Amino acid sequence: MPRIDGYERVSGTAVFPLDVILPNMLYGAILRCPHAHATVKAVDTAKAREMPGVHAVLTDADPEAQIGWFSRPGSAGSGSPALSRLFDPHCRFEGEEVAAVAADSPQQAWDAVRAIRVEYEVLPFVSDMEAALKPGAPDVQEGGNRMGNPRETKRGDVEKGFAEADVVLEETYRTSCDIHTCVEAHGSVVQWDGDRLTVWDTNQGPFPIQAALAGALRMPLSKVRVISSYMGGGFGSKLNLGKYSVIAALMARKAARPVKLFLTREETFLAVGNRPAHIMKLKAGVKKDGTLTALQLTGVGEMGAYPAATAVGYQVGDLYKCPNVRIEETMAYINAGPNRAFRAPGFPQCSWALEQMMDALAEKIGMDPVDLRLKNISTVCQMDNNKPYTSTGLRECLSEGARAFNWKESRSRPKGEGPWVRGVGVAGGMWGSQNGPPATVIVKLYADGSANLNMGAADLGTGTKTVMAMIVAEELGVPMDRIQVENADTGNTQFTSQSGGSKTVYVDSPAVRAAALEVKSSLLDMAAAQLKVPAADLNFKDGEILAETGTQRLALRDLRQLQMQQAVVGVAVRGPVQSDKVVRPFVTHFAEVEVNTRTGEVRVVRMLAAHDSGRVMNLLTYRNQVFGGFIMGLGLATMERRILDPVTGKMANANWHDYKIPTAKDVPAQMTVLPIDLHDTECNTTGTKGIGEPAMIPSAAAIANAFYHATGVRITAAPITPSQVLTLLAERKTKG
Amino acid sequence: MEKPTIDSQGHTGLSRRSFVNSVATGAAAEAAVLTLPGAAAQTGTKPPQDGEMVAVVLQINGRTHSMNVEPRWTLQYVLRDRLGLMATKDGCERGECGACTVLIDGISRYSCLTLAVEAAGCQITTVEGLMNGEQLGTVQQAFIEEDAFQCGYCTPGQVVSVEALLRKTPEPTFEQIREGVSGNLCRCGAYNHIFRAAQRAAELRKVGRG
Ligand code: FES
Ligand code: FES
Repeated sequence: MPRIDGYERVSGTAVFPLDVILPNMLYGAILRCPHAHATVKAVDTAKAREMPGVHAVLTDADPEAQIGWFSRPGSAGSGSPALSRLFDPHCRFEGEEVAAVAADSPQQAWDAVRAIRVEYEVLPFVSDMEAALKPGAPDVQEGGNRMGNPRETKRGDVEKGFAEADVVLEETYRTSCDIHTCVEAHGSVVQWDGDRLTVWDTNQGPFPIQAALAGALRMPLSKVRVISSYMGGGFGSKLNLGKYSVIAALMARKAARPVKLFLTREETFLAVGNRPAHIMKLKAGVKKDGTLTALQLTGVGEMGAYPAATAVGYQVGDLYKCPNVRIEETMAYINAGPNRAFRAPGFPQCSWALEQMMDALAEKIGMDPVDLRLKNISTVCQMDNNKPYTSTGLRECLSEGARAFNWKESRSRPKGEGPWVRGVGVAGGMWGSQNGPPATVIVKLYADGSANLNMGAADLGTGTKTVMAMIVAEELGVPMDRIQVENADTGNTQFTSQSGGSKTVYVDSPAVRAAALEVKSSLLDMAAAQLKVPAADLNFKDGEILAETGTQRLALRDLRQLQMQQAVVGVAVRGPVQSDKVVRPFVTHFAEVEVNTRTGEVRVVRMLAAHDSGRVMNLLTYRNQVFGGFIMGLGLATMERRILDPVTGKMANANWHDYKIPTAKDVPAQMTVLPIDLHDTECNTTGTKGIGEPAMIPSAAAIANAFYHATGVRITAAPITPSQVLTLLAERKTKG
Repeated sequence: MEKPTIDSQGHTGLSRRSFVNSVATGAAAEAAVLTLPGAAAQTGTKPPQDGEMVAVVLQINGRTHSMNVEPRWTLQYVLRDRLGLMATKDGCERGECGACTVLIDGISRYSCLTLAVEAAGCQITTVEGLMNGEQLGTVQQAFIEEDAFQCGYCTPGQVVSVEALLRKTPEPTFEQIREGVSGNLCRCGAYNHIFRAAQRAAELRKVGRG
């Protein structure tokens, strides 16, 4: 099913927040700290204020800018003082906000920003997590660079488990800091009408942004309207309120004119989140028959300058059956931009370690990597009191995926004489957290049989609007082209949490179904009154009311009550779900790579993704999303990495030339999606479990395993760059 | 695919001749000064002061726009912020992503790396110009059929690149398609579907040609 908003997106008529232009609008620009760590001693804006076209300048000297930012760990909403403020003179990372300007044109705004003179006292910095945790490192936050005590999760006795194992392996794996780099940069357009604020903002769901903005500006929710009907990519980086929205609002009030404030590409690399780098020490024990006996993970994550923890351990504790597990995790402050959720936070990192370890274990005990995984499938959630999963498709993902990928045959095919050698790899995974409801949805059926779906959810490009409209079509028999969707506008759509954690279809689609069912039951009540038969004997199908006996029919245009009131409205609220079962999507990715042993190039030439995400609502958009997730994992595996210059602490590759993301030339020529649908009737009323995050979880690890299969060299640090490949191949040669 | 080649002065591959001609047209119309150091040296006029405007005539989607621009304004800025042609997107303003791709005399170029004064006198085509009124062009149609986008923000640029490819190579191979859109980043990773859409568009056009 093609998307219902396809026309808007390909014709360019879709108005993204970055496309909004208002009459009399000013353009904003932010002056950011150029140092990794510094204190602002003085800000001189005199010259900037006099420059042509400048209408507002905002700094820490403005009383209205005294807005707290970044709460202390574990104190969000507690009223305890924030760690920083809008233009805090203590800048803990390159890119922290120092001042802002609004002017008639963007060029004038930047001219004025450049004319602001700032005196900094440059402070010692630390830009590496291992250095940050050593004694004597410069403190990023008061009280040291370790955030709180290490988090520990334990079950069984790992020492006993290791003693029982026939093979014990230990390895340290590393992943790099990756940047989201959505193609539409972060930003807002804001307009005041008296005491009412309207914000066109690019985000993953407007309601939490509305709440945070209202909080920051001390305004009632009813006076803050956030609109984000279209947005150009988020991947987790657009779940949060940005300082830019608040700064834009304050400048708009100063200048009494609307303000557009979008970040430049370079700013998005510095200040709006990342996937933190991780060091994961993993120890695993296995018996000769493939039974896992113990898993132990010690993880350190590179948090950035403010608290934002990303845990990586979940899959170690839950993906495979294992009686003895110990997970210990720490996050370290460094002088760099703080992390944010990034597509399946923590999970691809964990897969990078766990799935490469599974591969190594399989080799040691002489077992096929697919078989080792099949041997250790759990149907209960070991991280949640052994509650059963509503469905466990991991087995089918592995076995049916292996068949479709032609695994056995591909695995034994000759690897080649060089310089190009080839290999195949596999990795399993699961997504372990689902943001829950609530969600409210309104479905309206008009007197002419057309329908309107009103929901708060944003459509990140996942096809949410289309999938939700399909549910209305399915329940009410209204053709897709007669359904209009209004979404992601706090002014006139209904509350739902953000689109993140692959929750939108999983949580909101049952609400859509319930709202449609309510419309149906109201219609049947009306018809029952008119026909003088019990409502239970009636059915609504294809725009007509039918009596059970099939003899009586009533078209909507003849339904008197409907024609009088012109529309029937169904409202559904989906509250928190309490269940004694756990809902988890499962996945297995297969990859085939070619490695040039002379140049170190790595090409992924073929992939297959087997996914148990429950029912596939729309195969076309599902496939697209799975490919997209795999490609993002390919980026993590082979090219993406934030580089902080050790001498200055500044980011050395804050642009798309130097920070590589996958292009058309990097993606495999052969890509296949294999949906596994076990007809889960317990996960929710639509049988869906979410696909956005699982799509990227094991892909990097599958590529790493294929690389090992091709070369016999284990790459434990992502990304697998040509220089690293050549170094490791050369090392192996010298070591023999 | 041809992308703007940038020389050491930051000029795109537009020829100096077409550039000088275009500026001369503007000068005749509004007696404005010339714009870039190279051009100024050739004619002996002094470069404009900060914020000073020069007159240009831009041919966009078959319409003529006579307007004053600052010499530093990019074609992207003029299209989006001055003319409201928002289908040309803005992903980086530094020639990295291709979201701003337009056709200039039939060749795909980054409009963020093209100054408006450089584009004067050339035929500029944006995504709006690939449509027939409200009717989608073949490439756009194919993009919908194959679901060749997710968020849609890189999409207009991808559409223009595929259009440029098919104008030059009506029946492209898989590798030619890859190459053709390799200057357009898609963070959503819709590449596979973009390849399918390019193939589909080639088919649609073949049928159209009869
Ligand atoms: S906006 Fe022009 S290439 Fe990115
Ligand atoms: S569709 Fe989102 S960047 Fe390409």
